[in-house]
Amino acid sequence: MAAQRKWQLWRVGVFLAALAPLLLWSWQVASNTAGPEPGRYLLLNIGLGGLWMLLLTLSLTPLTKLTRWKGFALIRRQLGLWTLAYACLHVLSYALFILGLDWAMLGSELIERPYILVGLLALIGLVALGATSNRWSMRKLGKRWKPLHKLAYPILGLILLHFFWGVRADLGEWTLYATVSALIMATRLPPVARSLPRVRQRLTGV
Amino acid sequence: MLIKIAKPSDLRESDVTPESVYLSRRRFMGGMAGLGAGLALSGRARASADYSDVPDGDAPDWLEEKLGAARRRAIVPDDPETDAIAPFRDASGYNNFYEFGTGKSDPARHADGLETRPWSVVIDGEVNNGGRFALEDLARPSRFEERIYRLRCVEAWSMVIPWLGISLADVIRRAEPTSKARYVRFETLVDPEQMPGQRSSFSLIDWPYVEGLRLDEAMHPLTLLALGMYGRELPNQNGAPLRLVVPWKYGFKSIKSIVRISLMEEQPVNSWQRIAPEEYGFYANVNPEVDHPRWSQATERRLPNSLFNPNTLDTRMFNGYADEVAELYAGMDLRKHF
Repeated sequence: MAAQRKWQLWRVGVFLAALAPLLLWSWQVASNTAGPEPGRYLLLNIGLGGLWMLLLTLSLTPLTKLTRWKGFALIRRQLGLWTLAYACLHVLSYALFILGLDWAMLGSELIERPYILVGLLALIGLVALGATSNRWSMRKLGKRWKPLHKLAYPILGLILLHFFWGVRADLGEWTLYATVSALIMATRLPPVARSLPRVRQRLTGV
Repeated sequence: MLIKIAKPSDLRESDVTPESVYLSRRRFMGGMAGLGAGLALSGRARASADYSDVPDGDAPDWLEEKLGAARRRAIVPDDPETDAIAPFRDASGYNNFYEFGTGKSDPARHADGLETRPWSVVIDGEVNNGGRFALEDLARPSRFEERIYRLRCVEAWSMVIPWLGISLADVIRRAEPTSKARYVRFETLVDPEQMPGQRSSFSLIDWPYVEGLRLDEAMHPLTLLALGMYGRELPNQNGAPLRLVVPWKYGFKSIKSIVRISLMEEQPVNSWQRIAPEEYGFYANVNPEVDHPRWSQATERRLPNSLFNPNTLDTRMFNGYADEVAELYAGMDLRKHF
């Protein structure tokens, strides 16, 4: 009972932590401290926040292997859904604050800015994963569930491409995210994945 | 768009004593007394008083004097409602100045420590009267003017900003260009210790930041060398102590914190053209018909905007200064020379 309560607290804590940036940015916009282009401020911050969520989600499996701590696995679905939520809010910010719901402009934007299409593809992938993240889908899909959810890897690639395309002059920030992504993906290479439990044994002596 | 460029002999609106000055006899007398004493600092109304919420600058006395004596509102937009002046906070808090970082608020955060005094500018190349000039010697002989220009960034946003400065033409004339001079090349300060962006190993810019103009563009009466804005000296993040303002070109042409002006026979290669020649050209004239490869230039977001009003305006040819500058490009294919 006490253990169950502990895990519940952990989940709620993660929920609040993932919500906090959204509240902070909204408050900055409301208090007029988000700069002269508040819509763009939200758009860019939420987009980057979504990338953070995806990277955190993808780091849970290697972390579990490294530590065997149950808590990481318990928040995987939640963080995956947060990734989807951030992505949806990113697109919503774009539609509301950048397009101003001017759909005629969307057509020309899609042609002018191919990276929007790349982002849209990533979103479609995330929606597919979000829609199949419940127990019912897991049962229904059976063995196919796992390969389907490995779509998260190409989605990460699409998001990095989407990000890269928008860079003007300094690749420093992008390179940082790309490096972290590469590291997280490297833990999934079979030899590395096999060695993770051994690393844990060496670290903890257990 | 009609912008009146008055002949030097014309009386201007700014020559008329403003009512507030006429009525405030005490301050006026104080101002005269200050001028009489040759120390105009105490009694003169600061030009920045024209704008609300502008923190006082810390300009040296000579500059304070020149700024205060500037011909106010020498050039103004003809539609002050659409082209309302951006709040100082936005103009000084939302900048592209990659020497201080690539984020829009990085320059305001990191440019504080930039040492702008003393400052000197090298004028060299195809000139008879070149050399290294202290900023004061470079700017003091010219009459300062306040000019309210639209600034259109290549990223499709724009702001309206009241600059204070001198005609670049004045400075070039005093340098006495030789008959070979056809272009002007500008360079920004290189000082990685003061400019964190220059320490980034992932920067695509090969410092110093370089910009260039054709000589006739440089000599055009709209081309400004700014030392101030909003009635005060330039904040560091806006390119203190000396920057270029070319209102009919995308903002990146308006190079900041200038340390070198060279008259050249050959066309210089500007920094953005060097990085991405398919995206940025030498001319970079504002042109709604020639899109950036990654986005449209047909419209712009006039800042500040708000969440539910992106404040999108149609971008105008030469940023609305076509009547003044279109003839410079007569017969040129502006799709090719973008």
